[in-house]
Amino acid sequence: MVVLVSLAGIFISLIFESWESLSRFGFFNFIFTDDWNPVKEVFGAAIPLVGTFITTILALLIAIPISLGIAVFITEICPSKLKAPLSIAIELLAAIPSIIYGMWGLFTFAPIMSEYIEPGLQFVFGDIPFIGPIFQGTPLGIDVLTASIVLSIMIIPFISSIARDTILLTPQVLKESAYSIGTTEWEVIKDVILPYSKFGIYGGIIIALGRALGETMAVAFVLGNRHAFPTSFFDATSTITVTLANEFTEADSNLYMSSLYLLSLLLFVISFIVLSFAKFIVHKGSKKWNG
Amino acid sequence: MERLRKRKIQNNIAIGFSLLASIIGLFWLVFILFDVLRHGLSFFDLNLFIEDPAPPGFEGGGMRNAFIGQFMITGCAIVIGIPFGILGGTFLSEYGRMTKIGRLISVISDIMISVPTIVVGTFIYSLMVKPLGHFSGWAGSVSLAMIMIPVTLRTTEDMMSLVPWSIREAAFALGAPYYKVIIQVVYRGAIAGILTGILLSIARIAGETAPLLFTSFNNSFISLNMEEPMASLTVTIFQYATGPYDDWHAMAWAASFVIILAILLLTVLGRLLVIFKYSSK
Repeated sequence: MVVLVSLAGIFISLIFESWESLSRFGFFNFIFTDDWNPVKEVFGAAIPLVGTFITTILALLIAIPISLGIAVFITEICPSKLKAPLSIAIELLAAIPSIIYGMWGLFTFAPIMSEYIEPGLQFVFGDIPFIGPIFQGTPLGIDVLTASIVLSIMIIPFISSIARDTILLTPQVLKESAYSIGTTEWEVIKDVILPYSKFGIYGGIIIALGRALGETMAVAFVLGNRHAFPTSFFDATSTITVTLANEFTEADSNLYMSSLYLLSLLLFVISFIVLSFAKFIVHKGSKKWNG
Repeated sequence: MERLRKRKIQNNIAIGFSLLASIIGLFWLVFILFDVLRHGLSFFDLNLFIEDPAPPGFEGGGMRNAFIGQFMITGCAIVIGIPFGILGGTFLSEYGRMTKIGRLISVISDIMISVPTIVVGTFIYSLMVKPLGHFSGWAGSVSLAMIMIPVTLRTTEDMMSLVPWSIREAAFALGAPYYKVIIQVVYRGAIAGILTGILLSIARIAGETAPLLFTSFNNSFISLNMEEPMASLTVTIFQYATGPYDDWHAMAWAASFVIILAILLLTVLGRLLVIFKYSSK
């Protein structure tokens, strides 16, 4: 019961608190305004929203292949003695608190990025037309690319453990019959296992998406807090969570406060929808195979 | 034969890729742990635990206030969160098993597990900080408890529904009332799983920062009063790591080392409980 009440409570109190800015700017106006100026009292959510989506999508692009690779390796390829330690090790990645990721990202990873990796990327891709511009700018290390990589490390354990569990559900008979007609491991994985565990993997990816959307501390360290659209991988920008974390205790006017609440409401609604969708897909998938 | 060779090459590429992916995953884990260890140990000494912070620019000092604050906030969160979690889980798996509302709660708490923690922070801010006019340790505890409840609730429910129904019926047949069946039969069967769930949820809230930023805030002095702003390790790390002084950074590393150690201990303990349970059968 408490859970229901607290969920409703969150929703109602967020709407209530954000009413002032909602009525001042209007919902769509708030979403599409790219100005965030406490002095002039103009607030718009476009930049944090875009920042949130860009970092999340980049993180997913990096994390999906790696975590699927891990899942396949654990279930199908690696010797059975290594299985348990390896999956525990990957799950330990999920147990590390996000603030540690943030600190590590700021003090260790960002300097590596800015000194070695980013100039290298710039050297390779910088002169190619069309994709060149997104590698422009001074590589400071505190930017979209670093934040996305740190995020992707954080969500790898989620995707890979869910994918591993669904892959394990594939009936042994199906795999054996495929091997018996002379297929290679890769063909079994591609044509038998992946189609069978499709829904579970989708669900895992969407749950990871929800995680990445709401991740605060790690991103707060390495993204900077700059209210501007990022034009390249090496720009600092802002996400909803970063804006909240940095400015919530500093907001001085009611309207400022209320706009921050509206941001928080947006994040809540987005993640709620994403997670319900994930549940729905997983549910549908399990129904399809069981009944 | 040409075709066969192509397929074999493809196969090797795929296996190589997944091997590489696992190595990358492990690489990050080792890299992060090693880095925290290296930086943390260089500043790790007794002063960290028994001294208050020194003013900026001075050498030395510790984080006694943050350790005590962290313990008090997490402790109170556990005291608030566990009863709600276990009782709620009991309701879901026993009394509300077949009802629609039970299923709804269970789905919603599944979603609540992944709700961004910073949103919980803003919620508690509007509920407990704004009306009272000041930050307080209690607000921090309540927001941590709110994060903890869905986790314990779901694990309790899962573990209790794993206890076979026929065992319950056997107890009913002896004339035991329902509450006795739950306490003496179902809890006994599910206790290891529930404990594991609790340990994991403690590990989870111990590393939470975002909700504490707006609720318990920070305090550079030692404080045992839950009504006042209270320091916590994680918020202190955030403040120190973004601050400009080198010895602040060193202290932040040391504190992260302590937190990681505590959380890894809790997690490993949780896993051992599971293993212990299955091997004793």
